[in-house]
Amino acid sequence: MTTNKKDTNTDFEVRSLDAICKNQETVETPMWHNIKYLLFGIAFGIVLIKSEVISWFRIQEMFRLQSFHMFGVIGSAVAVGALSVFLIKKFKIKSIQGEEIILPEKTFNKGQIYGGLLFGFGWAMTGACPGPMFAQLGYGAIATSVTILMAIVGTWVYGLLREKLPS
Amino acid sequence: MMTIIELIKQPWPWYVAGPIIGLMVPTLLIFGNKTFGISSSLRHVCAACLPAKIPFFQYDWKKEIWNLFFVFGIFLGGIITAMYFKNDAAVVVDSNLITELSGYGIVDFSGLVPADIFSWASLATPRGFILMVIGGFLVGFGTRYAGGCTSGHAIMGLSNLQLPSLIATISFMAGGFIMANLILPFILSL
Repeated sequence: MTTNKKDTNTDFEVRSLDAICKNQETVETPMWHNIKYLLFGIAFGIVLIKSEVISWFRIQEMFRLQSFHMFGVIGSAVAVGALSVFLIKKFKIKSIQGEEIILPEKTFNKGQIYGGLLFGFGWAMTGACPGPMFAQLGYGAIATSVTILMAIVGTWVYGLLREKLPS
Repeated sequence: MMTIIELIKQPWPWYVAGPIIGLMVPTLLIFGNKTFGISSSLRHVCAACLPAKIPFFQYDWKKEIWNLFFVFGIFLGGIITAMYFKNDAAVVVDSNLITELSGYGIVDFSGLVPADIFSWASLATPRGFILMVIGGFLVGFGTRYAGGCTSGHAIMGLSNLQLPSLIATISFMAGGFIMANLILPFILSL
């Protein structure tokens, strides 16, 4: 960590409309620091597969209420995540770079309903959300590359049409 | 040592996998001040490859490159699991589901996705095309429109007690219920 340059977020207006994706980085780090995210991703990928939450069959089971498995995974993940966030806020835990951890507040827009329903359709059709697709491909489901490519196309078309969509 | 690997190879119960997934939230926050979320990576790919002067893709995607490292890691995690921790037994699902799916000619339960639909050959069939091409499109379009996916909204957003994320999560589930129970039977019959 040599520089401590504050980021002036020039296109904050456009980006703040989007709930999830913001330039959060305020400390510039060398490229090799990203290796840690690769390792976290590997761990996450292994868990996704071994817990079968990215199995198309498990997804069908969930949406037919035939098994508790998926609800147990998501529910306990949220419980652990919520407890962690609570502790981070309560004890004002800083990141290892010494930054204050601030979680962005999300604002409501109708996209969360319309987009959410459309994603729900896609989830039940492909048996995958954006993360699991990559794990499915790595595990050898080669045809999932079509799903990934089309998800990128879908994202691009959203970007093209977003001004015209109700929000 | 062998027994540990044998244990890892078994399907992991929800009370093991769920908490590990939940721990991704504090791990990313503490090790990099990053909020857990994956669907943004698709946006970064668009911004990097084909921004096409669309305002939504005009930002410095290189600043978000951690997200692409993370996603590539997920892909590698899939390869590593296939190489070292693979379990060849078919997924154990509810017998009603097996009965229902065999009615549509889905009889191979060995993969993560049904080999009877998700293959190059079935891409040219109506149901294969609809599930892979249109399904994939809806995942990309829907998550971006909703501002996040299962990780960003259902896990990260709910962990931070965000009402918009609860609304999004309920919408994901509602969409899934509608598709799986009301629409999918028609698609699978094609």
